[in-house]
Amino acid sequence: MNKLFRSLLLVVCGLLFNAVVFAQDKPEMADVMRSNGKIYVVVAVCLTILIGLFIYVFLIDRKISRLEKENN
Amino acid sequence: MQKNWWKILSFLILIYTVVGGLLMDVPRLFILNETIRNLYFHVCMWFGMMILFLISFIYSIKYLSGFNLRNDIFAHNFAAVGSFFGILGYATGTIWANYTWVTDQSQSLGSILKEPKLIGAAIALLIYGAYFVLRGSFTDMDKKARVSAVYNIFAFAMLFPSIWIIPRLVGSLHPGAPGSESGNPALNFKDIDSRLRMIFYPAVIGWTLLGVWIATLKIRLQLIKDKSLLHE
Repeated sequence: MNKLFRSLLLVVCGLLFNAVVFAQDKPEMADVMRSNGKIYVVVAVCLTILIGLFIYVFLIDRKISRLEKENN
Repeated sequence: MQKNWWKILSFLILIYTVVGGLLMDVPRLFILNETIRNLYFHVCMWFGMMILFLISFIYSIKYLSGFNLRNDIFAHNFAAVGSFFGILGYATGTIWANYTWVTDQSQSLGSILKEPKLIGAAIALLIYGAYFVLRGSFTDMDKKARVSAVYNIFAFAMLFPSIWIIPRLVGSLHPGAPGSESGNPALNFKDIDSRLRMIFYPAVIGWTLLGVWIATLKIRLQLIKDKSLLHE
């Protein structure tokens, strides 16, 4: 009986240890943010900034082109 | 419009970088977790800086071989945008390190300040800072161009020990150091797999092209300003 109990305990401990190792095997990621779609909000914000930045640079480019034309 | 295709390319690549960089699958890594996506932004700043400094270095050599002031203006502005990218790389690096070096590996500020990668990068940026100080201290245009072109070659040469060699020889928390089991900060990084490469390489090109675009704007403005001096 004692022997059976001991081996049972060993199996349970082994399973628990396994679970701990398994939990450490998978680093945490922002999966919730992805599953509820909030990540698209971040993408939208970043894209707005990026597009705005490019429009700004483009306008400066056009202005300089005009200046170059006037100077020649 | 035909010679502006690379500006559109830069725009499209950076859109792809932001969308793909935030949405596409990345390897699941300890400590780094989701911050591995910073690879598309932080590391690209440094790559962009190196490429812009290389262009600046080439224009400095070109200046010294013909003493055309036009090349000096090119060298100066590429170095300026390169330094700006370097400062952005440093700033983003501090944010990233704050969350991955300090908290997860129980590192104190003291050990962070001893990082050879940070010291090396700071030295490199300060050397380039001295380049602009040197330029500002001359009143004679030809002398300014000549001395700063020679100094620029020295500054580029100093990049080799300060950011490419020494950080790879001594232990550091930064990827690429001997202690971190990876040979190269980004290209041969053991954690960089094909999923990261698919966005990382285009991102480097995209950010660099944006830097080149801004540099050409500065150059064109300077050329208009100095038109009377250039005798063209």
